[in-house]
Amino acid sequence: MQEFAHYFFNMPVMMLALPQLLQGLLVTVQMGVLVVVLGIGLGLLLAVVRSFRFAPVNVLIVIFVDVFRAIPALVVLMLIYFALPSVGVTLPPFASAVVTLALVLAAFAEEIIWAGITAVDKGQWEAARSTGLGPLQTLFYVVLFQAIRMVIPPLTNRAIAVTKNTAIASAVSVQEMLNVASSQQAIYANPTPLTLAALLYLALFVPFTILSRLLERRYRWGR
Amino acid sequence: MDNLIDAFFNADALQQSWPYLVHGIVLTLGLSLAIVPASMACGLLVAALFTLRVRPLNAALMVYIDFFRSFPPLVLIIFIFFGMPFLGVRLSELPAFTLGAVLNGSAFFGEIFRAGIVSVPKGQLEAARSTGLSLVQAMRWVVLPQAIRNVLPPLTSNAIELIKSTSLASIVAIPELLRNARIAQGATFSPTPLVAAALIYLVILWPAVRLVSRMDRKILVGR
Repeated sequence: MQEFAHYFFNMPVMMLALPQLLQGLLVTVQMGVLVVVLGIGLGLLLAVVRSFRFAPVNVLIVIFVDVFRAIPALVVLMLIYFALPSVGVTLPPFASAVVTLALVLAAFAEEIIWAGITAVDKGQWEAARSTGLGPLQTLFYVVLFQAIRMVIPPLTNRAIAVTKNTAIASAVSVQEMLNVASSQQAIYANPTPLTLAALLYLALFVPFTILSRLLERRYRWGR
Repeated sequence: MDNLIDAFFNADALQQSWPYLVHGIVLTLGLSLAIVPASMACGLLVAALFTLRVRPLNAALMVYIDFFRSFPPLVLIIFIFFGMPFLGVRLSELPAFTLGAVLNGSAFFGEIFRAGIVSVPKGQLEAARSTGLSLVQAMRWVVLPQAIRNVLPPLTSNAIELIKSTSLASIVAIPELLRNARIAQGATFSPTPLVAAALIYLVILWPAVRLVSRMDRKILVGR
């Protein structure tokens, strides 16, 4: 037991590691916020464009969505960070990770929001159009809100799942929390920084995990 | 354009890296075949225990589910692989990865199965019990088939996520598809193996991704 405390909850090591871990946490949070904003924004944009139903554009959107849902995020990150430079596109590690996860989230978000748009009752379109609203007005003032309301639970779940993946940025040496914890563990020859990082991840994500369950329950009742 | 093809679709580099990629595919599929069924079985067990309605047990199961859903899988794997040895539990790469993936996956599957079981009206269980079926029989033959049908889309999409997460094994140096592609990239000085690996993931997972989209849409529109 004492051994356990010494290795996993070592107070002196904790005090030494904490400031840098908090810096790592800050990077993790920055990435998370950027990924959610960019990812859902792009996903929403693509879903709106898709509802114009230009066949060639829609084919491209579906290809984009399927590609980024099927390829693991870490593979996308490796492509962006290690493969793109050979055609002259070089992104720094932080930007590579944010772009990767934003693209992945955008793909999932587009698919989810689009499913919501198609699920809005046809009568809503017809009624809105018959009051004299144009197609764009109908989409933005009537349909989109109902669609998004319907898909808030899956969208939240997906946003959490993708944002958790910011840990993979450690693979391209972004100084986010997991990376900081790993190097601190090596410096102090003690895994306490990893424990601390794990606890901080829990503190960061447990509220969202619980929120997503509450949302699911609430929206199920609302039906 | 020539430059792009030469970099990303270089025939020589592909030929040289092909043996690496084939080995990688075998291990990626092997890992998937290990962790997906194992996670599903553990998740089903968690959900089944939940239906016993023993209060302290349910609280413990809920903590298990939320705890392991909140960790980024990579953090869990790193913790098991680099942290546990300090306690004298030295798992080699493969068991460490498998344990991390199954803990994470089973929490998600547990939550999905639980939601599925909850979605079956109570009368089904009561009617089944009143015909003389035991609790286990009623679950096995009446409740679970309906529950699983209700949550088929999230079950499939979670299986996809788990298969994608095998790419994280590359970080603890397991020579699966991504790791081998990176090695081949280093050996051939060409990003072609990485592009090939991405395409291989796409080929393996694209049908499943399509399937999930179709199931999701059917559920939303069919309401």
